Amino acid sequence: MKPDTQIELKAEMNPVYRRRLLQHRLGMVFSFLAMALGLIVLMWILLTLLSKGFNALNLGLLTQNTPSPGGTGGGLLNPIAGSLMMVGIATLISTPIGILAGIYLAEYGEDSKLAQVTRFVTDIMLSAPSIVIGLFVYAIYVANVGHFSGWAGTFAISLIAIPVVVRTTDNMLKLVPGSLREAAFSLGAPRWKVATMVRLRAVKAGVVTGVLLAVARISGETAPLLFTALNNQFFSTNMNRPIANLPVVINQFAMSPYDNWVSLAWGGALLITLSVLALNILSRTMFSQKVPG
Amino acid sequence: MTIQTATTADKKSTIEVSQLNFYYGNFHGLKNINLNILEGKVTAFIGPSGCGKSTLLRTFNRMYDLYPGQRAEGKIVYAGKNILDAGQDLNMLRAKVGMVFQKPTPFPMSIYDNIAFGIRLYENLPKGEMDERVEWALNKAALWGEVKDKLNKSGLSLSGGQQQRLCIARGVAVKPEVLLLDEPTSALDPISTAKVEELIGELKKDYTIAIVTHNMQQAARCSDYTAYMYLGELVEFGETDQIFMNPARKETQDYITGRFG
Repeated sequence: MKPDTQIELKAEMNPVYRRRLLQHRLGMVFSFLAMALGLIVLMWILLTLLSKGFNALNLGLLTQNTPSPGGTGGGLLNPIAGSLMMVGIATLISTPIGILAGIYLAEYGEDSKLAQVTRFVTDIMLSAPSIVIGLFVYAIYVANVGHFSGWAGTFAISLIAIPVVVRTTDNMLKLVPGSLREAAFSLGAPRWKVATMVRLRAVKAGVVTGVLLAVARISGETAPLLFTALNNQFFSTNMNRPIANLPVVINQFAMSPYDNWVSLAWGGALLITLSVLALNILSRTMFSQKVPG
Repeated sequence: MTIQTATTADKKSTIEVSQLNFYYGNFHGLKNINLNILEGKVTAFIGPSGCGKSTLLRTFNRMYDLYPGQRAEGKIVYAGKNILDAGQDLNMLRAKVGMVFQKPTPFPMSIYDNIAFGIRLYENLPKGEMDERVEWALNKAALWGEVKDKLNKSGLSLSGGQQQRLCIARGVAVKPEVLLLDEPTSALDPISTAKVEELIGELKKDYTIAIVTHNMQQAARCSDYTAYMYLGELVEFGETDQIFMNPARKETQDYITGRFG
């Protein structure tokens, strides 16, 4: 190439390149700042939670019941038990319903009217304020039975978990290459076997991730439980009666005048955060092991 | 307008296609196709992309049925019945007319279960017989030696060429009569391709084979009959030697010699 036709590649000499470089640097600075801002707030929350909740973390937290007003010490045994029962049963209810509905959408419904409507409603449910779900269950269940109960709470958080599982299952199944599905059909396999034994199996890890994320979501929900399970200051496993649970206890204790209550609220908040963190890490490691396809 | 240079009438045919038309919605994908797939022979379908050769193959096991908006008209007679009839049991048809796809499609399960999956759909074999059948199928696909010590490993852990032979073994395991191969080697390296082609030569002793290929040498090497298709029409169909050495139509000649397509 002749020297006079050559593009000047030295940065300071080429205005187009200089402008591009400037844009690049500006972009880098802004995106770094945004990232730092987000991270700082997150770290702030976590550190506050750790420093205030750490003192409450002791064996008593897991072995003693919530203290009475003015009482000393105490723990969170009854709300932990109540939360575990409600979240556990809600998971058992929402997982099969969610996965089966997801299979229907991806394999049978595809783009039919019914499937489109179902997807639309599921998306609304996903973003509906959880207090609405709480009020709904209050109106149709609690108000009719005449008392708050663990079942009402379980019902409410199941309603929150189901759309999460439905959408993840549907989206995951759609990631399975059409050729794999055709291959299963080409052996003469009936549709339900293709859906469950080949397609669902191919994205098992992704679907389990969806379930874990739903569990993480419902274990921190407060609003739907305020209107349904309410609270119980005594240890109870009777699902037909009001039952203690971590989110509502945190809500109540954090705003109380008693120091030990406030400290327990921090402890409970830390406990929920750590378990949600653990669930997220678990789902991430599961998902990274098996990429669909 | 089809010229049939081979007289296929006196030989025994497995699939008889007559006046077949195929539509993707409003698009007329196959136009008035007439041909016979002969028993125990390899029939190759060649032609430029979009000419309808894969579409034709996918009518033989009615794979297109999975997609609303796709429909076929005319007659495809297999085992004395028109398989396009509404009453056709698709699962039984697909058990008899197996298919292998362009990309290897091992199921997300062990090598053993990949083979056993199809068998279990139709037969309730005791453990010992199932083991024998799995070994038999893997032997048929010339894969047994390479996988016999790792039958419990995932089918996805195999190489591309091995995966494709696993898919052939899976298709053979249910004992079909016809094997449809849809560009079975286009995703494979030359050595794996050679193995699969060798396999096709072996398999035609027991099965009727229809293969779609973009590779003209492949069609010349492993088929007995060749059909050249263009724009949804069957241009020429006849014995492979005849088609490649002395095609009756100029379009076929142009495509085969690389002047077109």
